[in-house]
Amino acid sequence: MKVSEAWLREFVNPPITLDQLVAQLTMAGLEVDSVTPAVASFTHVVVGEVSAIAQHPDADRLHVCQVNIGQDALLQIVCGARNVRQGLKIPVALCDAVLPGDFKIKKSTLRGVDSYGMLCSEKELGLASESQGLMELPDDAPLGLSIRDYLALDDTILEIDLTPNRADCLSVEGLAREIAVLNEIDWSPALIPSVAVQHQDILSVRIDDSAACPRYLGRLIKNVAITALTPRWLKERLRRSGLRSVNPIVDVTNYVLLEMGQPMHAFDAAKLQGGIVVRRANDESITLLNQQTLTLDAQTLVIADGHTPIALAGIMGGMDASVTDATSDIMLECAFFMPESIAGKARNYGLHTDSSHRFERGVDYTLQARAMERATQLIVEIAGGEVGVVFEATAHAQLPKRQPIILRKQRIEKILGTVISDEVIENILKRLSMLVERQDNAWQITAPGCRFDIAIEADLIEEIARIYGYNQLPSNYPLVQAKLQSVTEKEISVNRFADLLVDKGYQEAITYSFVDEDSQKIIAPNEAFIRLKNPISLEMSVMRTTLWCGLIKAAQHNVNRQQTRVRLFESGLCFTKHNDALHQEPALAGLVMGSVTPEQWGEKIRSIDFYDVKADIESIFALTGINVLFKQGQHPALHPGQTAEIYTQDGVLLGFFGMLHPTHEKHFGFESVVFLFEFKLNQLKIKQQSVFTPLSKFPSVRRDLALLIKNDVSAQEVIECIKSIEASNLKEVKIFDIYQGKGIEEGFKSIALSLHLQNDAQTLTDLVVDDTVKSVLATLTYKISAKLRD
Amino acid sequence: MSVSIEDILKQGLLKLSHSEDINQLEQLRVEYLGKKGFFTDKMKALASLDPDLRRSVGQVINQAKDQFQTELEQKRILLNQQVLIERLISERIDVSLPGRGQALGRLHPVTTTLRRISELFRSVGFAVVEGPEIEDDYHNFGALNIPAHHPARAMHDTFYFDAHTVLRTHTSPVQIRVMESSAPPLRVIAPGRVYRCDSDITHTPMFHQVEGFVVDQNVSFADLKGTVYDFLRNFFEKDIQVRFRPSYFPFTEPSAEVDIECVMCHGKGCRVCSQTGWLEVMGCGMIHPEVFKSVNIDSEAYTGFAFGMGVERLAMLRYGINDLRLFFENDLRFLEQFN
Repeated sequence: MKVSEAWLREFVNPPITLDQLVAQLTMAGLEVDSVTPAVASFTHVVVGEVSAIAQHPDADRLHVCQVNIGQDALLQIVCGARNVRQGLKIPVALCDAVLPGDFKIKKSTLRGVDSYGMLCSEKELGLASESQGLMELPDDAPLGLSIRDYLALDDTILEIDLTPNRADCLSVEGLAREIAVLNEIDWSPALIPSVAVQHQDILSVRIDDSAACPRYLGRLIKNVAITALTPRWLKERLRRSGLRSVNPIVDVTNYVLLEMGQPMHAFDAAKLQGGIVVRRANDESITLLNQQTLTLDAQTLVIADGHTPIALAGIMGGMDASVTDATSDIMLECAFFMPESIAGKARNYGLHTDSSHRFERGVDYTLQARAMERATQLIVEIAGGEVGVVFEATAHAQLPKRQPIILRKQRIEKILGTVISDEVIENILKRLSMLVERQDNAWQITAPGCRFDIAIEADLIEEIARIYGYNQLPSNYPLVQAKLQSVTEKEISVNRFADLLVDKGYQEAITYSFVDEDSQKIIAPNEAFIRLKNPISLEMSVMRTTLWCGLIKAAQHNVNRQQTRVRLFESGLCFTKHNDALHQEPALAGLVMGSVTPEQWGEKIRSIDFYDVKADIESIFALTGINVLFKQGQHPALHPGQTAEIYTQDGVLLGFFGMLHPTHEKHFGFESVVFLFEFKLNQLKIKQQSVFTPLSKFPSVRRDLALLIKNDVSAQEVIECIKSIEASNLKEVKIFDIYQGKGIEEGFKSIALSLHLQNDAQTLTDLVVDDTVKSVLATLTYKISAKLRD
Repeated sequence: MSVSIEDILKQGLLKLSHSEDINQLEQLRVEYLGKKGFFTDKMKALASLDPDLRRSVGQVINQAKDQFQTELEQKRILLNQQVLIERLISERIDVSLPGRGQALGRLHPVTTTLRRISELFRSVGFAVVEGPEIEDDYHNFGALNIPAHHPARAMHDTFYFDAHTVLRTHTSPVQIRVMESSAPPLRVIAPGRVYRCDSDITHTPMFHQVEGFVVDQNVSFADLKGTVYDFLRNFFEKDIQVRFRPSYFPFTEPSAEVDIECVMCHGKGCRVCSQTGWLEVMGCGMIHPEVFKSVNIDSEAYTGFAFGMGVERLAMLRYGINDLRLFFENDLRFLEQFN
């Protein structure tokens, strides 16, 4: 909310500087966002009068003026404005004046005539964004007086960021009340001279939904001069609060909204057909003041005449019954709507108005009669008119109640962790306009009508702490029970995996959880995904089912910046849908492209291949000690010949690893192969507790075998085949070479294995070793048709 | 007798002096001292001599043999030394050349910051708990005392899937989930991703928060202040100024925003702190009785405090990062900067 310091100080004027006031408000929870001058700075502009005027001898559009600025000599100033005339009072920028925008005024010569200054428009003084002609000052403006003093321009605008609970401060009076509390001084509400009632004409008011609108006040004012000018001081206050001047009637209702926090509305009485009805909408539409036409739902509260809705209750008036330049009789509305009946309504229609902002947070329900008097008095002052009686419909039972709240001393101490004296507590609450009744070790407190945020004991404790000062309250370390937390060896934390990958040269990425729908469909066409209802953009519109989309985008970002080697990993949730049930499961994924190692001396650059990445993946599994199986697999994102599905021994699919399909590689604009892996973290992190095996004291024996096997037999099958032999001496089998090509029959490959044998109880004899090797060979021959190479 | 022992020795010593490497030396050893070597042959020949002569000749042979052996060993040491010296010279390298192999990667600065925050709180017994990112509106709003149409909902620009399913706008729903499933005393922090439908120079639609809360029989605002001071001073490793400013959150009361002295200008006022000298770093407060009610904890018996902080904000202040959007571009030149 924007508020003028000068306006505020008219209601409450504590002996503190602006800076102190700003700090005080901020530290009371009314955060001051900005402090700006009410008007851009300018100097040497005074009130002047055009004493004489003559046509410029050499220019049709220019006049040569003799200007009186209250000194003996007149100033000769050449002026081109249309409204310049003899006797007109205007702001005069003297020589040496500096106008907004650092515009310096100097003596000049216009077509041969000397000019000693400039007559100014409102725009030139920074008082309006547009203006036509010179700014016309009232006849009684004192000659020679600085315009800044005359118009009280040396003011400051405070922009206060009010939290939704402090509706009571959404007005100058409300802020004044708060400042008075903080400074322990009095404040004075606006004085309202009473206006005599001149006629008894009323409209009928029927409230169909008194729970939503417990109070409705109306008044007819006839024969107002709609063309009257809103006085400068009022316009200026509206401007400083961020509102535009419209016409005297609208300006006054806006002024009352700013001053008291009571939204009001004026209708053109001639356009109303029948009495006022406050009701829910009923298959109707309304065109609002902002020219927007809405179809109203049955939840919407409207103000209607005998026929149609004439306003969205508490939000905005309708176009049809609005005050225009032709209006002569008006009906003023001053109502109280319950916050719940307005809350969310404006938002539903994409609207947010000063009125809805206040009603949905809570307007003081005791304010309506006073606000009506204030508006009437100002309208009559500006635009005249014959004032009618106030007509009112109030459902007293439906008005909010301020229930007494019991505030216990011991509870204050428990929550705040300190003892505050009774006197201090009572003083704070009384200054906040609360009704305070002392009880045994407690008080009974009743909050004022302006406070919608005080309903329970905790609300009062907060007020005490706030006014007492959060920074005056003590601070200490909490007492805790020294109970140990469990530290499991059955799981590995995601941090450990991250550290491993970092040590292996991967950068950690964090990508958005929502991705581009096209990428999502390309990478995981078979996964059902979830779509955001209100995405920021199409590129961020569906929830990722895999981390690959984000990693690919990150890689693209880097490739577009001349990076050729990218190693990224990410951990985070993936969002999938199975049989309509939503799953949010953490995954760990990586993307690798470019050379195996960074370019370096003494080593040839070698592009990454499947097995380079597989080594990284194997070390991930080595952390947990869980045996996994890499099986030739299929994934729509991956190269069909270089895709591994990874399973636990129990057959649980942990994830995928492989080369990005060449088609996708091209689609995403990569110029080298890309490898991807992704694992489900919940399964991946399961660890087996280590169990010790005694070390054998006897030497181990190694025997190497070179076998010819068919190409389609996988290494894993060979190893599994050997392990299927129940040979207790056979401790380990390793593949140390694979060869295809010259000397090897087409469709076959040579595989070199080392068998490592050892016994825990004795040294192995050649006989025993030979036996084992023979049975290995026999099994390999039988099961996978392996042949010993010559 | 063919060659005299003196000649053998003389010749042997000459050969020794001409030998240039260990192999030649070894050949000489075999030639003279081996099973069929010159000295061995001479010794064998002793057997045919007269016993008196045998002794004196034997002595001469032994002396010659010893002398040869000594010279040979000395030569061996010399040659070994030469070999070593040559090796040391030939193996000299430029130690300033960079090492080879894999370069180290880096953790994302958000992760580093999250770990740091978690570690600090874990050190005094807070448990780290995570929760779902797609939430129902009850856990994200309702249970946190933010009913439908409450103006506070406008403070959260929420991503929706349907009327009742949202991307969590804060990590506070984890507070609800923990309190629903565990009984006090509770000391928990909940780090994670959160989402707001807002994207400009100072907002990204996704960011990270850490929610923390303590529920016990006698937890007060003073405990909250102490915990927050303690955390901020340890996080920044500096005795920085901290202030508590009244604020409003529907799920805490009293509520506060916590400001620290600007780490860029040390409170003098600069662009980063909008000339105020203060930076807002977290929101906090005493858990609202309505929140306790929604999780069936007796707010008469238990009190609690909760706090929430933006991780990117803390990382920016800690590491001097000046653009929020860099966090999620994953530019290697950015990621590689953080140790």
